[in-house]
Amino acid sequence: MFDHDCREGICGMCSLYINGTPHGKTERGATTCQLYMRKFNEGDVITIEPWRSAGFPVIKDCMVDRSAFDKIIQAGGYTTVRTGAPQDANAILIPKEDADEAMDCASCIGCGACVAACKNGSAMLFVSSKVSQLALLPQGRVEAARRAKAMVAKMDELGFGNCTNTRACEAVCPKCETIANIARLNREFIKAKLAD
Amino acid sequence: MAINIDSKIPEGPVAEKWSNYKAHQRLVNPKNKLKLDVIVVGTGLAGASAAASLGEMGFNVLNFCIQDSPRRAHSIAAQGGINAAKNYQNDGDSVYRLFYDTVKGGDYRAREANVYRLAEVSNSIIDQCVAQGVPFAREYGGTLANRSFGGAQVSRTFYAKGQTGQQLLLGAYSALSAQVNAGKVKLYTRYEMLDVVIIDGKARGIIAKNLVTGKLERFSANAVVIATGGYGNTYFLSTNAMGCNCTAAMSCYRKGAYFANPCYVQIHPTCIPVHGDKQSKLTLMSESLRNDGRIWVPKKLEDAKALQAGTKEGWEIPEEDRDYYLERRYPAFGNLVPRDVASRAAKERCDKGFGVNNTGLAVFLDFSESIQRLGIDVIRQRYGNLFDMYEEITDVNPGEKRTSKNGMDYYNPMMIFPAIHYTMGGIWVDYELQTSIPGLFAIGECNFSDHGANRLGASALMQGLADGYFVLPYTIQNYLADQSIWPRISTDAPEFAEVEKATEERIQKLMNIKGKRSVDSIHKELGHICWEYIGMGRTKEGLEKGIKLIDELRKEFDTNLFIPGSREGLNVELDKAIHLDDFITMGKLIAYDALSREESCGGHFREEHQTEEGEAKRELLLCGLLEVSGQRCYRTRAHQGASRIRSNQSTNP
Repeated sequence: MFDHDCREGICGMCSLYINGTPHGKTERGATTCQLYMRKFNEGDVITIEPWRSAGFPVIKDCMVDRSAFDKIIQAGGYTTVRTGAPQDANAILIPKEDADEAMDCASCIGCGACVAACKNGSAMLFVSSKVSQLALLPQGRVEAARRAKAMVAKMDELGFGNCTNTRACEAVCPKCETIANIARLNREFIKAKLAD
Repeated sequence: MAINIDSKIPEGPVAEKWSNYKAHQRLVNPKNKLKLDVIVVGTGLAGASAAASLGEMGFNVLNFCIQDSPRRAHSIAAQGGINAAKNYQNDGDSVYRLFYDTVKGGDYRAREANVYRLAEVSNSIIDQCVAQGVPFAREYGGTLANRSFGGAQVSRTFYAKGQTGQQLLLGAYSALSAQVNAGKVKLYTRYEMLDVVIIDGKARGIIAKNLVTGKLERFSANAVVIATGGYGNTYFLSTNAMGCNCTAAMSCYRKGAYFANPCYVQIHPTCIPVHGDKQSKLTLMSESLRNDGRIWVPKKLEDAKALQAGTKEGWEIPEEDRDYYLERRYPAFGNLVPRDVASRAAKERCDKGFGVNNTGLAVFLDFSESIQRLGIDVIRQRYGNLFDMYEEITDVNPGEKRTSKNGMDYYNPMMIFPAIHYTMGGIWVDYELQTSIPGLFAIGECNFSDHGANRLGASALMQGLADGYFVLPYTIQNYLADQSIWPRISTDAPEFAEVEKATEERIQKLMNIKGKRSVDSIHKELGHICWEYIGMGRTKEGLEKGIKLIDELRKEFDTNLFIPGSREGLNVELDKAIHLDDFITMGKLIAYDALSREESCGGHFREEHQTEEGEAKRELLLCGLLEVSGQRCYRTRAHQGASRIRSNQSTNP
């Protein structure tokens, strides 16, 4: 049993540890479903395991429960805005560089490879990618402090570890998220806590 | 035999219908909303936005999805963009023009009132997404960027790199998450709806399988909304995800909901071609690539033969020997013709022997000219992730220069071929998005309403969010206005027991066949039959043969299927078998519909009904609900004369 769905590297469902690396790649930027058999040779032995982390209990075989990620987003990964009649989309100008950077942070697919690769089982790359996206956009600034605190608290509560800057997460992220996101989350978190 | 159905289209000119409706509809007062439960099945763009919006309004929402998280819905994979009538580009766009383009792109088969409403709310969708923090692409001045999509002569598509669906879905997922946190939405992940429960003629709940324990569970509500996507996987190979299926929609059909226009299946022109027998799906290359890419095949047949034999590569063929056939045949739209036109044009060239890969079923999409004009950095910024995806799958980089000749640079062309992508057909709904079963609503791709016979690019994302954010939250109140004085329906009601029993019996029957063939082997065979006989070009003989073959396959499925493992717990093969059971029914429905539609229109092309130039020949057909050989199909009326839109008349039912 293993999770899979889109077969094009965007849904984040597939989650296999292949030959000791999440998603099995030595080069960056692809998911399990984007690892083609032509990358292997006749007679190779391939070792397959599930994501391993206290935050991701195993359901069966290689299928794990990643609802902890949903719970972290539920704790604050949004802007509180009702469906209704918000202002015109161009009312607030956003510099192209900020929009592009926010898009890079927003590309996280929620697969959990970062957690699986980390020796501490930390979810900082996942949390910081969402916090970064919203921190870079004016719409996200309104609740930036509350968000940073709430999502980090939830992450801790659900059993993920702390970050010690090994960068293993960055090395295996299929969407090439970087620890610059983690640095940004740390700044947001410290700012928020100092204001308390 | 045609039956008259009431689509409940409001009175008045088309531009005023939605305002009139909202002004006069019934509402549920805020306190009463707290007493009402709504089931939403599916967490894609339509499902997540609906569940979030209904939760915000105060309803208690039960939201189901088959994957481990709402964010896995296949809406996440949509690439190119979302249309809206903002006219930020000042190039002549307006609500009316978006409405007109969508109706025309649908080959005049869509319900005009629904489409006008879609165009009206499109601007609010963009505003809502920006407020949620969706990182749309921006210009240097800080305003939103736009690009063009097929079938339009304005630049009205908003996008986020080549991952627009992902960002829109994550916006809706964020809004949904906020409501889960607020206690207004209860999420049921890894649950699959297998049947709808009807009490006193109204949809009152569902039976869903807990995919981890295997148990069937009962859920009751005051209304049921299905947002379960399209039936493209009937063809086995499609751009859909592996889990996409039509089981929930089929269960509604079996309980009496009308199914409309099933044969209108969209074949997207730019997908990565089929490579071999073991392939599990086809990957979409966004239509947005046709903004800057040029589609071509060789002019000379011997060049085509060399490409097919592998003795020549695409970049070696010089400009003067390239047939840019879309630009040649359709000068007004060029490479941005609507999808059905582009797909058939590719088929036409390949049928004549000009295909460019070893199977002869591929054409080129080339960026040499635009890279030379704009520079590789600009092209990579617009399509970077799509180029990477293409290279991942084929080992060829479309951004790699191979040679220069006579001042022209030649880059690796992408190989593309049409593939099943979207289904315009679906559960019939009226103006309120209610099906023919009271209390059962259908939103997003699983309904039939807004795209007629062909969907324009960037409008699926628009429809899903329009239905979920701005239409259903209004129209469902008109239905629920009575419900607040009724007691909560208990799942102990005998109707629940009955449906649960029937569902269990269906499962047991499948488990007990214990034949010799796997689900996938039968599914692949269904896919071949469907692609061959109800694919891009359909004929009377082909359709009759296809129906016969599907009947034989149904017998094979019923007698020779083997499902390993046990009934209890996780059993993915059992879940796939249930999906396949419904795909076989769906295939037959598509074939019957195509057989009875003696014309060509949009996604439905009958070879016997084409003009001299090979274009679709439309006819005025009987419309309404039809019984065709025991299958109930709803067919929308064709317009007389394809050029005028009559805006103050009730048109399509």
